Order: sequence, then structure tokens, then C-alpha cells
Amino acid sequence: MRKLIIAALLLLSPTLLLANTGGPALQSSNIDLHDQASLQRGAKYFVNYCMGCHSLQYMRYNRLAKDLGIDEVTLRENLLFGDAKPGDLMENAMRADDQLKWFGVVIPDLTLVTRWRSPDWVYTYLKSFYVDATRPYGVNNLMFPLVAMPHGLSNLQGVQEPVFDHHQAGGTPVVVGVKLVKEGSLSPKEYDNMVRDITAFLTYAGEPIQLERQRLGVYVLLFLGVLFILAYLMKKEFWKDIH
Amino acid sequence: MSAEKNANASWIDKRFPLTETWKAHLAEYYAPKNLNFWSFFGSLAILTLVIQIVTGIWLAMNYKPDAALAFASVEYIMRDVDWGWLIRYMHSTGASMFFIVIYLHMFRALLWGSYRKPRELLWILGVVIYLAMMATAFFGYLLPWGQMSYWGAQVIVNLFAAVPVVGDDLSVWVRGDYVISDVTLNRFFAFHFLLPFVLAALVFIHIVALHHVGSNNPDGIEIKDGPKGNRWSDKAPADGIPFHPYYTVKDLMGVVVFLAFFSWVMFYAPTMGGIFLEAPNFQPANPMLTPPHIAPVWYFTPYYAMLRAVPPLWGSQFPGVVVMFGAILIFFVLPWLDRSPVKSIRYKGPIFKVALAIFAVSFVVLAWLGMQPASDLSTLLSQIFTVLYFAFFLLMPIYSSLDKTKPVPERVTA
Repeated sequence: MRKLIIAALLLLSPTLLLANTGGPALQSSNIDLHDQASLQRGAKYFVNYCMGCHSLQYMRYNRLAKDLGIDEVTLRENLLFGDAKPGDLMENAMRADDQLKWFGVVIPDLTLVTRWRSPDWVYTYLKSFYVDATRPYGVNNLMFPLVAMPHGLSNLQGVQEPVFDHHQAGGTPVVVGVKLVKEGSLSPKEYDNMVRDITAFLTYAGEPIQLERQRLGVYVLLFLGVLFILAYLMKKEFWKDIH
Repeated sequence: MSAEKNANASWIDKRFPLTETWKAHLAEYYAPKNLNFWSFFGSLAILTLVIQIVTGIWLAMNYKPDAALAFASVEYIMRDVDWGWLIRYMHSTGASMFFIVIYLHMFRALLWGSYRKPRELLWILGVVIYLAMMATAFFGYLLPWGQMSYWGAQVIVNLFAAVPVVGDDLSVWVRGDYVISDVTLNRFFAFHFLLPFVLAALVFIHIVALHHVGSNNPDGIEIKDGPKGNRWSDKAPADGIPFHPYYTVKDLMGVVVFLAFFSWVMFYAPTMGGIFLEAPNFQPANPMLTPPHIAPVWYFTPYYAMLRAVPPLWGSQFPGVVVMFGAILIFFVLPWLDRSPVKSIRYKGPIFKVALAIFAVSFVVLAWLGMQPASDLSTLLSQIFTVLYFAFFLLMPIYSSLDKTKPVPERVTA
């Protein structure tokens, strides 16, 4: 088992390295973490479209429900599948050796993906799949060349084809962009909104406390501001006879 | 004070020098009356050490020093432990703040000539504290067990392997394994827990040394050599004022400003754009996947840039390692390099001022270069600034004696 993982990772490591170097420009995700409806939709999309493969292993269902204003009945009916309980971590049942067999990689957990990539990266990535007959699942990704992942949202987005730059040195055309050639069940605008919601939800999941910490920070800084005035006046009073 | 309190105090004083200690180090410790904001950083460093020790102990209550559990336990602290996120961010922000404060504290010593006679030992103790801090930070950075924790530690421990003859054995001895592993994590946790208390002891000795020789000041004048007698005592230096309450209330102002900056980072920029908490560290350590670009945290990057600047000699990285450690160890001999007749930058000549400015700029530029992926240009720049960094020290005996100094006044200036 371990040898398998090692072999697979070694085989893939050049790909993963490539994925991290530069790459095409990121599109701005324009997420709004204060938009609770967007986060709720993102959670719904994630649980329905992504969680079959990707876990959120550091996130608990009931924490998500509490932070996103989802009541327990809705949580149980829409977000909990199988024998999952509200206090459980959002793990999934796929075994690592099965993942290796089916996809050639261990599927990454996405709890912190927006923290080590960035929200914009995730947003752009989800919009950058293109057809590539040489890949096992028929798609490749502009943001992550030779990615092992199938395009799970292709029914919704439609089909994108690569845009080549033929003027590259060496003569090999390079994929520099993607263009939509066949719309899916969503319009491009609707798809953008959906991907934005997923990105917003994952950004929330990366650090569930972030809005709360920003809210608290104001009070802490105001308190310190008042304390500074008092400290300054006290210093002035003590020092008035020092010349 | 009530009679009862006096009786209590004298009961203790007969058995422990409580009042005497209070007086010697606070109420009747006479500090120069002209200290400015540069002197805040000493007390701020103590405050930061206390913050780090207290938050560190509370983190240790939920952290698991186990390669299989460490990363998840940090996320557990961030999500499931009440106020765990605040304690963790306090600790991660505190680490960077500690180095900011210490670098400014050291720069203050360079400005005021605080390393000069009679404070050579005080300065040396400070450099020892700096080394202990770096060791503590290095051990601590492995604990979150993220990609940068892992690969950063791998790179640094491999430096020991560059030592001729014993290198390989030495690096295995440090890691306890052939690669960074669970064994390494366990021992780094043990050291990371122990060293802060060693640091506290060193700080205590640092302060004993300081209070023995007396505080320096922006003029670099020894108030103990000046006239005696002030409002509080006939024997105390005329230009001295009791540390308490004068400097306790003044430092309190500095503390509030410092805490405001600290809080701003903690609440609004805990990763500081990837500088205080590096983005790759949000991925669990993966021994099979080397990140494309490994950089230590910002407070080590000046030395990392120097390491990369030195070309290998006979296929060995050892010269780079020597230069890197030399850049830190050279601080030890600084008291004997400065031949200027005056201490403070206020009375030093233009050459020293320019040299200090070049040194400060070199340090900052090297820190920046150390964060960048290596390129031909960055290597060349690193080489230039490494030479400038060392020139500040090595040429000091020459330029500090050539420099035209200004006359030093008899008494401190307001």
C-alpha cells in the first residue's frame, strides 16, 4: 500500500511541480463571505458535486450549519448522507488505495485548499477545464496541467476547448486559454456564480472563524486606543517634573 | 502603608530580600532620564517571551507531537478548541513579533553603542539569547507539520550534513532518522518546550548584567561617571531617574502601541500575506513531494540568502554554511571591532552613519532575497549584500578609527 502511494506520488511529482510554477493569470473570484446565501449554496454544491471524492476532514457538519445559518432539519435532510451525524467531520468513505487505483492519485482534502492555493486559484481552476483526448478522463486543466481529476461540473458548464499559441519557440503549440464551444445546462453567467459560491464556501471552510475574528478585532483595537490615551496621560502626569 | 502590611513585609524581608530586590531593580534603579522610544524594545521583548510561553503551554494542551496527528491537531485547535484560534494566532504572530522586537532592540544597541565597554558581556549575553531564540523558533516551526515545516527543517538539518567528515552522522544524530520523521518531530517538540525556559533564565542573567553596569542612553554617556545626587538620593547619578514609576509608565505606552500592532496582525492579517504563516504550510507534510520553492520564515531569510550566495567549493556546501553561521557569530566580537572614541551615533562621524545604514539596508534586502526563488540575479545581489554585511564588521576597526567624531557633552541632553 505504502509503496503504491510512493510510486504514484513519485510518478506524479513532476506534474505537481509544474502546476505550481507561474501559470496563467488568475481571475478574480469576487467572493463575499458576508453573503450567507452564497455560502449556503456553496455548501449545497460542494456536498452534492464535490464530496463524493473530496473530503473536508477538519470541518464539522454542525459547525458549518451553525455558521451558515442552516437549521438541524435542513442539515439532516440536505447535507447529511448515509449514517453521518451532525457532530461528524466531513470525511468521505473512499479508501486511499481505491483512489489510487481509480484516479492514480490520493484525492486531496479541500478544507484548506483556499489557504495554500488562494480563492482566486480555486475559482479560476474550476473554470479552466478543457477537452483533451489524451487524458484518462478526457479533460485537462489550464491551471493544473495533466490534472487527474475529471470535470465533475461539465454537464452544467458545457464543453470548453483549448486555445493554442502557435508562435511558441520549438514549434509545439501551447495551451494559453480555453473557450466554451457547447453550453451545458447553465449559462456561462450562472456557472460563474455557482463556481463563485463553491469558492466562497471553501474559503469559509478554510478558516471558519475569520469573520468572527475580524468583528472582534475592532473592539480590541478600540479598547487599546482608549488605553493608549490613558497611558499617555498617566505618563505625562508622572513626567511633568522631569527636565 | 499600614502597620500590618509593614509587619508582613518585614517578616518576608527577614527571610527573603523582597523590598531590597524591588528597590535595587525598580524603585531605586536609576536609569538615564533621556531614554527615548528605542528603549521600549527591551521590555517589549520580555512581554513577547511571556506571551509565547503562556500561549505555548496552552497550545501544548491540545497539540499532538505525532507525525500522523500533528497537522490535524493544529486544525483541531483552530476550529474545535474554545478560543484555540486566538491562542494559536497569538503564538504564530508572537513568533514574528518577537523577532521584529529583537531586531529593533539589537539595532538600538548599534545606534547607541550599547555593546561597548562596560557592556561587552551584556551584549554577548544578548547574542546568546538571540541564538537560543533562533533555535527555539527553528524547533517550533516543525511542529505544525505542514509542507514548509517539513521541507524547511529538511534543508536546515541537511546543513549539518555539509560539515566535512562527520557531517552525515551529525545530521542523522540531529534528526534521529535518515529523513525528518516522527522521531524528529518528537524531539523538536521536547526542545521547543524546554528552550523558552532556558531563554527566560538567560533574560534574567541579561537583566542582572544590565542593572550591574547601568542602562546606556541615546547620548552614550555613562551617567554613573557624572555628578552624583538627585531628588531621590545623594549617591545616585544626577542624570538618573527611578525606573519605577518613570519608565514603567513610559514603557506602558509602548506596550499599548505594540499590542495594537500585534492585535491588528492577529485579527486582520494573521498570515501577513504569507510572510508570518507561509501558504504551503496549510498542506500537511508530504515527504514524497518537494515544494517547488522552499524558504524559511522571514526572520531566517537574511542568513538563508547568504547560504545560497556562497558557491559550493569542491562540491561541498560547507563554505556557505560557514558564512551563514559566521554572519551570526560575528556579533560576538563586535565590542572589540569598534575603535571609535565615542559610543553613540549622535557623536559618531559620517563614515559610521553610512556604514550602519548600508548594514541595515543589506540585512533587509538579504531578508527579501532569501524569500525569493533563486535566480542568477538574486544570487548576484545576495553575494553583493553578503559582502556589504560582513564589511560592516570586518572594516569597522579601520573606519571607526578614521571617522571624525563630534565632542561628547558632559551630561545627557534632553
